[in-house]
This record gives sequence, structure tokens and C-alpha cells, in this order.
Amino acid sequence: MTTPEERVAELLRALPAPPVGWVEAAKELPAARRGLATLVERIEQDDELRERAIADLEALLEAEGVEPTPTVVAHLRRRLVG
Amino acid sequence: MNAASDADLVALCRTGDERAWSLLVERYARYVHAIVVRVYRVPPADAEDVFQEVFARVFERLDSLRNDDALRPWIAQTARRCSIDSLRRSGREIVVSDPPEGVDESLAQLDEALSMRDALDDLSPECREILDRFFCRDESYRTIGSELELPAGTVASRIARCLGRLKETFEPGRKSASATSGGKVDE
Repeated sequence: MTTPEERVAELLRALPAPPVGWVEAAKELPAARRGLATLVERIEQDDELRERAIADLEALLEAEGVEPTPTVVAHLRRRLVG
Repeated sequence: MNAASDADLVALCRTGDERAWSLLVERYARYVHAIVVRVYRVPPADAEDVFQEVFARVFERLDSLRNDDALRPWIAQTARRCSIDSLRRSGREIVVSDPPEGVDESLAQLDEALSMRDALDDLSPECREILDRFFCRDESYRTIGSELELPAGTVASRIARCLGRLKETFEPGRKSASATSGGKVDE
């Protein structure tokens, strides 16, 4: 038989906090997406940048100071193809 | 804004309110993390990418959510899909056709746990801290008393008082949808 206190403890422990860095990165999504939108505009207007994006998108992102996580790369590919 | 309903947060996020987005992330970070790491057991090397992918999809597709009150089941569904996609990519396809045992029960418990978290967030900072220390961090009366400079008897009575308030505040499914995470979600 579980006491109410044990039930509260069980429920509170069921949701441990994720690493702070994960949460902060998720909170920064709107700003990060704005930065990527600006990069997409530059790629669309600049032939040399476009060739670099086609050749090695991850290297271009790193050169632009953006960490090429799978989520970021997939988002950018969708934007560029679209 | 902390007390805002999910529907209110969604509406504000759609207007580009970044504070509302931060609150949405704070409200659901533990829930998403638990689905990815505890229910689907995505390996540590992939867990952060899956966590970020869930919030990226939520951010990108917020306009497609037809019922703003169904944010919680929609996020749960997104977390499930992202976890399964990741496991499939890493070659653990067994999960796709045969979900881990007890997934539905685990998700139901997470829903209840999230409602308990919501109730905890509505308590005073003093109550939140002492209940978090006692129940989540498993600290003894002596440790809590030492950290908060309180006699052990006061620690015990404060925990009892705060627990009583938590029970009064706790209502499963509050702040968000009444639907469970297993429910059908319109997109």
C-alpha cells in the first residue's frame, strides 16, 4: 500500500530535470531560427556562399559560428530546398 | 505569465512572444526528457539531439495545432515520434513494431507527474524548495535544517504543511489538456 507521501515522492521523482544546457538551447530556438533565416537569405543572394553550402553545409555552418546539430542541418536543408 | 494555461502560452508563442516560448520549454522540458530518456530509452549519445528535435518541431508546427488545449498530448506524440525515428536510425527497429513494454502506463504516469509538477510550481518558493529537497533530492531533515538554518522539528512541520497545500492544489491534467497523451491529436 503506497502512502500519499510515497505517491507524491514517486510522481516528483518521475520527472528529473534535464541538463540545464539542453533547456537553454531549446529556449533560444526563436533567436537561432532568426539567425538561420538571415543565413538562408545570404546563401540565396550569394553564389559563392551557395556553392559552399552545396559542397559542405556543416562546414559552412561551423564557419558561420553555428553548431551543425542534426536539427539545425535538417532545418536548413529544408529551407534551402524549399 | 507562469500561471498561464497551455492555450494562452500557445497563443502568445504564435505572436512571436519569446518569453512565452521560454515558459513553454520550462513547463515541458522535464516531460519531454522523461519520454525520450526514461520511456523510450534513447541512448545518451542521441538523447540531446532528440530533445532539441522535439522542441524544434513544436516551434515550427505550432500553427498546425488545431486545439490549443491539446498541447500536452501533441508534445507527447511529437516526443514519441522523434524517439522512435532516432531509434530506427540507430538500428533499434524493434521499438517501431513492438514498443517497449509498459509505454502507455509510463506515459500516463508522466502525465500525472507533470500535473504534480504544475501544482508544485504554484506553491510558495519556501514550500517548493523544502518539498523538492525532501522528495526529489532525498535530503534528510538534518541536511535540510542545516542548509535552511531551521530546527529539525520546524523542517518536519513545514514539510507536512507544504505537502497538505500540494495535495489541495494537485488536480490531474490542470493547466493543460484534459486529454491523455495517448489521445488522438488534431494537427
